[in-house]
Amino acid sequence: MEVGWWGVLIAVLGGAIRIGTPFLFVSLGECLTEKSGRINLGLEGTLVMGAMTGYAVSLHSGSPWLGVLCAGLAGMVLGALHSWLCSFRRVNDIAVGIAMMLFGTGLAFFLGKPYIQPSAPRLPSIDLGAWSDIPQLKAALQINALFLMGIVVAIALAWMLKNTAWGLKVRVVGESADAARALGLPVDRIRILSTAQGGFLAGIGGSYLSLYYPFNWSEGLSSGQGLMAVALVIFARWHPVGCLWVSLLWGGAAALGPSLQSVGITGGYYIFNAIPYIMTLAVMIITCSPKRTLVGVPHELTVTR
Amino acid sequence: MSIAVPQTLNKALEPFLIIVGSLMVSMVLFGIFVASAGADPFEVYQTMYRAAFGTSFSWQNTLIRAAPLMLTALCTALPGYLGLIIIGGEGAVVMGGLFAAVAALTMPTAPPMVVLTTMAVVGMVAGGLWLTIGGALRHYRAVNETISSLLLNYIAIAVLNHLVTSTFRDPESLNHPSTHHIGEANMIGVIPGTDLHWGLVFGIVACVMTWFLMHHTVFGFASQIAGGNVRAAQIAGLPVGRLILIICFVAGAAGGLAGMVEVAAIHGRANDTLNANYGYAGILVAFVARNNPLAIIPVAVLLGGIRASSGLLQRAHELPDATVLVMQGIIFLVILFSETLYGRFSKLQKQGAS
Amino acid sequence: MSESRKLTRRQVLQGTAAAGALSMLGNWEWIGEAWGASDKVKMGFIFVGPRDDYGYNQAHFEGKAAVAKLDWVKAFDEEKVPETIEVQKTMESMVKLDGAQVLFPTSFGYFDPHILKVAPQNPNILFLHCGGLYQDGKHPKNVGSYFGYIDESQYVAGIVAGGMSKSGKLGFVAAKPIPQVLRNINNYTLGARSVRPNCTTNVIFTGDWSLPVREAEATNSLVDQGIDVITCHVDSPKVVVTTAEKRGIYCTGYHCNQSKLAPKGYLTGAEWNWAKVYMDYAEMIRKGQTVPHLVRGGLKEGIVKVSDYNQVVTEAVRKQADAAKDKFMSGGMVVYKGPIKDNTGRVVVAAGKEHVQTDMWLESMDWLVEGVIGSTKS
Repeated sequence: MEVGWWGVLIAVLGGAIRIGTPFLFVSLGECLTEKSGRINLGLEGTLVMGAMTGYAVSLHSGSPWLGVLCAGLAGMVLGALHSWLCSFRRVNDIAVGIAMMLFGTGLAFFLGKPYIQPSAPRLPSIDLGAWSDIPQLKAALQINALFLMGIVVAIALAWMLKNTAWGLKVRVVGESADAARALGLPVDRIRILSTAQGGFLAGIGGSYLSLYYPFNWSEGLSSGQGLMAVALVIFARWHPVGCLWVSLLWGGAAALGPSLQSVGITGGYYIFNAIPYIMTLAVMIITCSPKRTLVGVPHELTVTR
Repeated sequence: MSIAVPQTLNKALEPFLIIVGSLMVSMVLFGIFVASAGADPFEVYQTMYRAAFGTSFSWQNTLIRAAPLMLTALCTALPGYLGLIIIGGEGAVVMGGLFAAVAALTMPTAPPMVVLTTMAVVGMVAGGLWLTIGGALRHYRAVNETISSLLLNYIAIAVLNHLVTSTFRDPESLNHPSTHHIGEANMIGVIPGTDLHWGLVFGIVACVMTWFLMHHTVFGFASQIAGGNVRAAQIAGLPVGRLILIICFVAGAAGGLAGMVEVAAIHGRANDTLNANYGYAGILVAFVARNNPLAIIPVAVLLGGIRASSGLLQRAHELPDATVLVMQGIIFLVILFSETLYGRFSKLQKQGAS
Repeated sequence: MSESRKLTRRQVLQGTAAAGALSMLGNWEWIGEAWGASDKVKMGFIFVGPRDDYGYNQAHFEGKAAVAKLDWVKAFDEEKVPETIEVQKTMESMVKLDGAQVLFPTSFGYFDPHILKVAPQNPNILFLHCGGLYQDGKHPKNVGSYFGYIDESQYVAGIVAGGMSKSGKLGFVAAKPIPQVLRNINNYTLGARSVRPNCTTNVIFTGDWSLPVREAEATNSLVDQGIDVITCHVDSPKVVVTTAEKRGIYCTGYHCNQSKLAPKGYLTGAEWNWAKVYMDYAEMIRKGQTVPHLVRGGLKEGIVKVSDYNQVVTEAVRKQADAAKDKFMSGGMVVYKGPIKDNTGRVVVAAGKEHVQTDMWLESMDWLVEGVIGSTKS
């Protein structure tokens, strides 16, 4: 059935969900980590490690969901390692993040060699678009349960941070470590736990890439999603639900380039494919200003010092 | 009961011991890693040493990989003095290389020295301006410079690819879209007696000059104060904004120069291989060298050596290319962790002596 | 070109002498073995990407694995070598440390300037480049290039695609608009249109050789536009093939056989058979024969092949595809026989003119044939 230009819209909609889901998980993970005052640039390595672990476990066990769980656990370990290293005096967390990125990526590629060839069981889809007669719309709305889980996690995270004692502790630690210590809170332990949880989410985000879309384990799987997540969290002003909208926006923007080509707009595809980055930069320029600096930023983050 | 070590010796000894200790710990960890992968760690060490520093061929292999890193590390190290964390080296390299190549094409009949000088200047200006965008955004709009420089990297690569395949494309470069060749006569030559091009010298000179700039001039001193405490600097009347812009420009110029060298010493053209991750490697060099331009030189050589060993590790031990990534990760994690050990030894010494 | 390509003892001794006192700590057994066994042909392979990418690099690796089985060959390889000065160092290292007599740098970007720089410095070593265009007089004498006319296989695949497509709309996910890629797109389309004159091919360029997310998006966009057979020219077709299978459309493969990934939809594919090329070279070197500077070949020479047809491919389509295959095998097929127009209406091959496979004009193709929806401009 001919859809012409509607195809672009459908692709953007589908892309928002398809491409946005891993960003959602990684940015939620980073959001939690940053709320506790730690910045984790190593999520790129965590993402790749999660992708590989998920694929490998799915292959060996036959259950993709077990793969997702193990991917999360792998991410948790890497997150905990990152935060533990950073909890020592004078250790620069941005530098450690970049080193973790190398380490996580290298480890994943190294261990992942035997898994590039075989095909692992894939995560199932849910047909949200079954009501439609238009096959393209049906396909675009064919989503994975992880997306729905991500929405739940976003809302839960937002609620947790605002309404629970734990959430309050995390926020205090993130705003002012001194105040936290004065209250008797174990600053480092809270940060390690938050970063570990953040790593868990990022690992799940990685497993989505390898077990669902684009469904492949190979060494070129990630295109900087982990690093972009850090930008997205700032973009979302450290609100978990904001991370949801921002991830969808990003996913839609990333789908724009290829879909424009499919309707015949063939010029400048390098520039079109860079739209997500240009868009993020533009939004940051517009919304930041010296007077308000970064509204909502946890003040313990090294990026504000 | 401890040996009374004079304070000055202690100061120099501490970083040395910590770094050497870190390297040894890393080697042990890496050894455990490869052993679990089925290789003999001692043989692996020997192979790495041979491939990186064992023969004159290995040394040249190492140095040629270290050369661009010395320049791109400055992209992160110099703004680090101001407390800025900029990771935009990749963008500076790409822009510098692209515009240097294009500049060379505007003067087809000029003598080589003129062409090369113009290329260097244009490359430095292009790279400098690109990195300054991040600095300016930070100063005037309070946009986080780490994120903006990262985004600008991706945008620079997109611009490079777009221009190289359309506006600046050499129609003859069919299977690998590139700009026109700058001309064999205009290529940077090798240092006599070696296989190394002069880019290595550019790197060393740039590091020495910037070290001098940051540690022995008023400008450098002012920057360090501003980096330590912005409010205090502003109260003292230092032009913080101007310092930020100038330092970012100088840092970006170093990256742009690296790009120009890639074009003028190796490829002769600008194309997508300018995006060779030199920028990202430079970030780690800068952090491990603790932003000190003089320390960047040996750290770059170390990293160059590690990368140089990758090929032989693959062929002699059947280890995948990713092994070297893991090694880099381990070394840098351990060295970054060892930051926390500074100051603890002198405490121990003082306690012992009293 | 038939002088000995073995390393002389003097070169070996010079290399060892340069090792230096500090290196005496080493265990030299494995190096000694490489230099000692001088009756084996030593071949070094360099891949730009991972050797198990289910695509371009894997095809070369499978070729290397095949030739490594011969007991009079010692083959070694290095993967993920970027197209920067690193590949020069890799080549030199393979020559100096492994004693390679012939090197196979398999990525196009290795040629200029890297091979052109290293080859003159090692006149006794053969540098055989995949995809390059050796020009007599211009390039050093110890350099050669080889490639296969995989576009012939794509032509046959195009026939199958055109025959099996219900909508008449084919899709092509391509990396960059360079001649080797454009030739595949055009051959695919010409093949399809030879059995179904009105079908079209939508092309999407992703911009680089390996971008899994963008390739998946491109595939999805094409399917949204009604395409029901898809193929690709990227380094690793795995993503395109699995995404096509998930959307329930047909696909044809590239580089290697991906039928396991898409048992329902994989109709056929265009595959390399590098093993043949590497074995031939090894034989020539062993016998001390002159190695030709330019090796090209297609289905007839066995350098490329076509995957087996999926069982859903109808008898009629099989007949058409086999007929084309036979014509290639007999040497009688000319794809670019005029009049041919490009997709802007311009006549690129005049009526009555033909360009045979070996015609160099084809290697600088920069247009898309009529029936292709897309543009070579970026």
